[in-house]
Amino acid sequence: MAKIVTFSIDGQKCMAEEGQYLVDAAETNGVYIPTLCNMTGVPPQGSCRVCSVKINGKLTTACTTKVSEGMEVINESEEIQDLRKAIIELLFAEGNHFCPSCEQSGNCELQALAYRFQVLVPRFPYLFPERDIEASNPKLFKDHNRSILCKRCIRAITDERGRRLFAFGKRGDRIGISIDTKLAANISDELADRAAEVCPVGAIIRKGRGFAVPIGQRRYDGQPIGADVEQAK
Amino acid sequence: MKSIVQNVLEKYNSDATRLMDILIDVQEDQGYLPPPVLAEIAETLDISEVDVLQTVSFYHFFSTEPRGKYSVYLNDSVVAEMMGRAKIAEAFEREAGCKFGEVTEDELIGLFDTPCIGMNDQEPAAIINGVIFTELTAFRVKEIVNGMRAGLSVEELRAQSLGDGMNASESLHSTVDNNIHKTGAVIFSDYDPGEALAAISKESLSPEQVIERVKASGVRGRGGAGFPTALKWEFCRKAKGEKHYVFCNADEGEPGTFKDRVILTERPNLVLDGMTVAGYAIGATEGILYLRYEYRYLRDYLEKILADMRAAGQLGKNAGDIKGFDFDIRLQFGAGAYVCGEESALIESAEGKRGEPRDRPPFPVEKGFLGMPTIVNNVETLCQAAKVVVKGADWYRTLGTSQSTGTKVLSVSGDCKFPGVYEIEWGFSVNDILNMVGAETGEVQAVQVGGPSGSCIASNEFSRILSYEDLATGGSLIIIGERHDLLKVVVYNFIDFFAKESCGSCSTCRALTMMYRKTLEKILAGHGKRSDVQAMLDWVPIALASRCGLGHTAPNPIVSTIKNFRHLYEGRIVNADETFESSFDLETSVAEANRTVGRKL
Repeated sequence: MAKIVTFSIDGQKCMAEEGQYLVDAAETNGVYIPTLCNMTGVPPQGSCRVCSVKINGKLTTACTTKVSEGMEVINESEEIQDLRKAIIELLFAEGNHFCPSCEQSGNCELQALAYRFQVLVPRFPYLFPERDIEASNPKLFKDHNRSILCKRCIRAITDERGRRLFAFGKRGDRIGISIDTKLAANISDELADRAAEVCPVGAIIRKGRGFAVPIGQRRYDGQPIGADVEQAK
Repeated sequence: MKSIVQNVLEKYNSDATRLMDILIDVQEDQGYLPPPVLAEIAETLDISEVDVLQTVSFYHFFSTEPRGKYSVYLNDSVVAEMMGRAKIAEAFEREAGCKFGEVTEDELIGLFDTPCIGMNDQEPAAIINGVIFTELTAFRVKEIVNGMRAGLSVEELRAQSLGDGMNASESLHSTVDNNIHKTGAVIFSDYDPGEALAAISKESLSPEQVIERVKASGVRGRGGAGFPTALKWEFCRKAKGEKHYVFCNADEGEPGTFKDRVILTERPNLVLDGMTVAGYAIGATEGILYLRYEYRYLRDYLEKILADMRAAGQLGKNAGDIKGFDFDIRLQFGAGAYVCGEESALIESAEGKRGEPRDRPPFPVEKGFLGMPTIVNNVETLCQAAKVVVKGADWYRTLGTSQSTGTKVLSVSGDCKFPGVYEIEWGFSVNDILNMVGAETGEVQAVQVGGPSGSCIASNEFSRILSYEDLATGGSLIIIGERHDLLKVVVYNFIDFFAKESCGSCSTCRALTMMYRKTLEKILAGHGKRSDVQAMLDWVPIALASRCGLGHTAPNPIVSTIKNFRHLYEGRIVNADETFESSFDLETSVAEANRTVGRKL
């Protein structure tokens, strides 16, 4: 059996198995640390930075850090909460996110976090980038306007031989997510479903169906993101 | 007959971690990387095409489209601009008949921008088909383009005398100049190839004793961060792994820095012996010298030196006559990406991937190249360590200050009489240096210390001391005279550079650099408000949430100039009313809608 370590989050004593990632360890202790790029079962990447916490005074990401004995974590200070809010605002201002017309509204993790952090008007200038919608694939729409470049699809979606169907293209101010046209042309229904499912926003949409769950009955319509973790406490 | 692509793949055993080498070799043969070639590479390596393309498109010297029989990469860094780059660019466009970013219709000439190529002391400069062209004038551009039309080889196009020192040697044969204006006791002093290894074998030093000696000398990383070198070696030596690796970081991408290029030219054996010493200390069998693609012209020269070292027994089995120590070194080239100077990004790149920095921990000393314990040391650091092994820690500590021992090689460029390389002991002030390089202090507006990621200081700070305890620097000083528009020419160039060079993985670095650029654009256009200036200061903690140093330091060009040159920002604020947003223009904003519905104004 794995060794149990004790650590603290905002002064609250917590216990977890040694080697567990901090986001998961926090969850088992009823503490919600917001994430966007993180996904259960897929190695963490630390690209969205929303799960930033202070550990022993140093800023780091909770999704990539393993808990260790005596670790002191600050999760909900004013500084950290404002940082997370700023990151969410950055993601909104960087892309083109028009929630009212988006199929994912209500299921979208970015939107849900914006509500949780009470984002009203971003502190950043909107960039209004010109981005495309790719509709050539038989099963998937790729709406680059909504992409937050979290790499979930890149990391989670591979074919039976382990080949990636999604990848980054370019870098910096020209970066985008590309889809492998050859492999994606023969994508199975299951994998296409999974691709749409792993996307935290509405950047990968399954063709041929929409609004299967009506607005009002969606994942975050009833309660804010993270409430399930906090209520389990 | 096998295709060139198949030959290249075979040369690298169809090993996906050698993708950089595969792509470089194919591109140098074909001139670019056509999509069918990428498909062939993907098929053989059993990865998806989009996976190959994500590496290709990360590096700006790779192209999936033809870039012309002659591909001109003209440096567009700050010092190039200060030295008249605009006129040279104009001449190229006029003579070639195409714009930058384009290829002529006959596919003869392609013109492209590229960030700092490490030739700041001889700008304007360009790379044409891998060959460096320095000190360009509009007249020379005309000659060069005429030569291209006449089908001359790039060597014939140069029509310039060879550079000083080893640049003129047969295996280098380059017109690049060293411009060493001051030699010091450590780097540019006498060194016999193999001397550091001979010291180890003569004194029968154990790896631990080597580390102890380096520790006693106080050598710290010369790349800028200043981490104690011996400590890095010690951590790596103690880390468990089947193999250990030594990397020499010769990616030198910080605009304004070019000292590693000169060290590699004049003291290659000191660098390579430094790698070997480090290899001995940490228990490695392989060293990799990672060079930026801009320095591709050094390849044959360095390969020849490596071959000579093998012949002399300084590399290979029982390297340097040290029993049981087997060590060899190979070259690894990048393909154009500033972020690869960050150690974990450099390792990713050497593994054939996009140069995206890794999350730490684990640090490279525990899990680095191919998951094995790895040290990444700067060119100059390895030289310092090698000299310590030869001449001892006590000797070394007599140089520099108590906390900053040894010498530092500076890359000095911009508005001064003698741009070039200076090896000084730590402890000189900025004023001392300005006097040394022939800059008229009254005419110096600012000095950019440590490149864009460093700080831009004004005359009130020129008495500061170059050292780890005061003004720490990787060694680049760009002197900016009074005649330049600091915000437009320097600061904008730097922030644009960071926005383009961010790997794009962290939201904070990728998006925030764009927000800084857009806000500076607004201020430069005369639409800025006082609150915009304040906002840019308030954003700094967000940048610090990024994974690597690029993200952390990207706001520095703006933040350090707001701090030291605030009047330049405030002088551009014409709109005193904080509640009025003058950057919004109704007519421009609805122009597209008007066009769509055919509404005439």
